[in-house]
Amino acid sequence: MALERLFRRKRPSGENRDVPELWTKCEACGAQLYKKEFRENLYVCPKCGHHHRVPAVERVEMLADAGTFQEITGLKPLDPLGFVDTKPYAERLRAYQEETGRKDAILGGTCTIGGVPAVLLVMDYAFAGGSMGSVVGEEIARGAERAAAEGRALVIVAASGGARMQEAALSLMQMAKTVMSLDRLWERRLPYVSVLTDPTTGGVTASFAALADVIFAEPGALIGFAGPRVIRQTIRQELPEGFQRAEFLLKHGMVDRVTDRRRLKAELVQVLRHLHPGVPYALGV
Amino acid sequence: MPLEFEKPILELEKRIAELRETARTTGVDLEAEIRLLEERLARLKEEVYGSLTAWQRVQLARAPGRPTTLDVLEKAFQDFLELHGDRAYADDPAIVGGLAYLEGQKVVVVGHQKGRDTKENLHRNFGMPHPEGYRKAMRLMDLADRFGYPFLSFIDTPGAYPGVSAEERGQAWVIAQSIQRMSRLRVPAIALILGEGGSGGALAIGVANRVLIMENAWYSVISPESCAAILWREAKEAPKAAEALKLTAKDLLAQGVVDAIVPEPEGGAHKDPLKAIQNIKEALLKTLEGLKGLSPEELYRDRYRRFRTLGAYAES
Ligand SMILES: [Zn+2]
Repeated sequence: MALERLFRRKRPSGENRDVPELWTKCEACGAQLYKKEFRENLYVCPKCGHHHRVPAVERVEMLADAGTFQEITGLKPLDPLGFVDTKPYAERLRAYQEETGRKDAILGGTCTIGGVPAVLLVMDYAFAGGSMGSVVGEEIARGAERAAAEGRALVIVAASGGARMQEAALSLMQMAKTVMSLDRLWERRLPYVSVLTDPTTGGVTASFAALADVIFAEPGALIGFAGPRVIRQTIRQELPEGFQRAEFLLKHGMVDRVTDRRRLKAELVQVLRHLHPGVPYALGV
Repeated sequence: MPLEFEKPILELEKRIAELRETARTTGVDLEAEIRLLEERLARLKEEVYGSLTAWQRVQLARAPGRPTTLDVLEKAFQDFLELHGDRAYADDPAIVGGLAYLEGQKVVVVGHQKGRDTKENLHRNFGMPHPEGYRKAMRLMDLADRFGYPFLSFIDTPGAYPGVSAEERGQAWVIAQSIQRMSRLRVPAIALILGEGGSGGALAIGVANRVLIMENAWYSVISPESCAAILWREAKEAPKAAEALKLTAKDLLAQGVVDAIVPEPEGGAHKDPLKAIQNIKEALLKTLEGLKGLSPEELYRDRYRRFRTLGAYAES
């Protein structure tokens, strides 16, 4: 199975991750959590409800129906500008690839979700902060086009610091490319749902992520255009409590629902079944 | 305030003017000396302007006296009539737009507007729009589509405003919507990067069939200062970031991000704004001519193809 292959990806040598620490700590309340239980609770702290970040592979597992996911992503990034800051971009890419076992910051495939045929694309924050360069943009455009061609819904789980600086203007252009590819779904009357997770900012929020038919956000997720640090510098004031958090976005009318991760799949299925024209009327499934 | 690298040129020009004045008032023949200095001036200009660094161009793009959107609308177009407001919340002075004629052709125009002095800059929020500005732009796109007139946009912003109020009113959402709205135009759309093309706030009105750029303008995903602050952890490394970002007109042409470069007068558009505006007018007319004959659907498809093919990656 494609998913098993993904799980069995190569680990960095020198450390044995097969015998992991049994315990971990909640980032928010500091509670000691038994890792196995924590994972079974979808990385939500059972004590305080804090939603921790989820590895892309496990996000796929949470949302795709068991055994249906077939990966369609795998484009390789280039270094079109020969970008060097304190380190060459090419070197950074290699390090991220080794660390994550992925070519770039996105994992996607075809699957069913609650029986509804879908293309599911999950951004990987562990790879360069989930930043969108040419590969992420192209994978999203291809994902949307494939969904349209095969009559599938499109589901994107966003997690990104924004556009990737090292591909500069080409990264910026991905905002237009991804947005325009969504028209293919419009033409075929197929649903597009985005899930905004912690964090979703910059050029990702300001392009495809904000344009879904239905937008979910995870509790407490940082979501916005400018990052809080930039805003603090601009206005030279402390930011209000809860600013740019999912609940703030809900209050200001930018997202449809802030949904606990443990209910996310159920709500997602309800939306997809309702909106996908190929699914017959069915209550309470 | 002259730019740092302009100073030797300005000093030499001043010296020549002084000599001329002395020659005139005293009647002493200084022609030989003046000619020598003029030759030196010509060489100096060639040296400085012929090898501008990316960072120097960024400074030219921001130079006081450089033509702004309103300068272009007032001088390259006829009967510009400004239309205000987003019909929802406010009128954003950082984006202007309205109706105009370009050599007798009816067009709808929109652009970022910076101030031409400190007072106006505060009023214009330094050309950094709030969500209202993009809503106004979208309203004008609707207007262009409804009447079938070409839509022309002028980009000159450090970026969309990063503030609390902008976030509360959905800055990311309106930028995404504006990108989408512009991509769906069924009329010819031309964007011209006049000065600064800062990130999503620039692209929001940059999804055109043809994207032009002034010779000394820049366009990128982030400003050199912000890029330096993040990647080098020091904003003063901005000159290095400007090089690395490949944000100059020539670099962007090579990347396919822009389709043509509009030449500027020697030393930059602020040296001779009227000449720069004349060049802009010619470039717009020529580009518009090139889009004639495309049907509404073809214009939409053409724009889709233009952006769909941008990016660099390898198949797995
Ligand atoms: Zn906790």
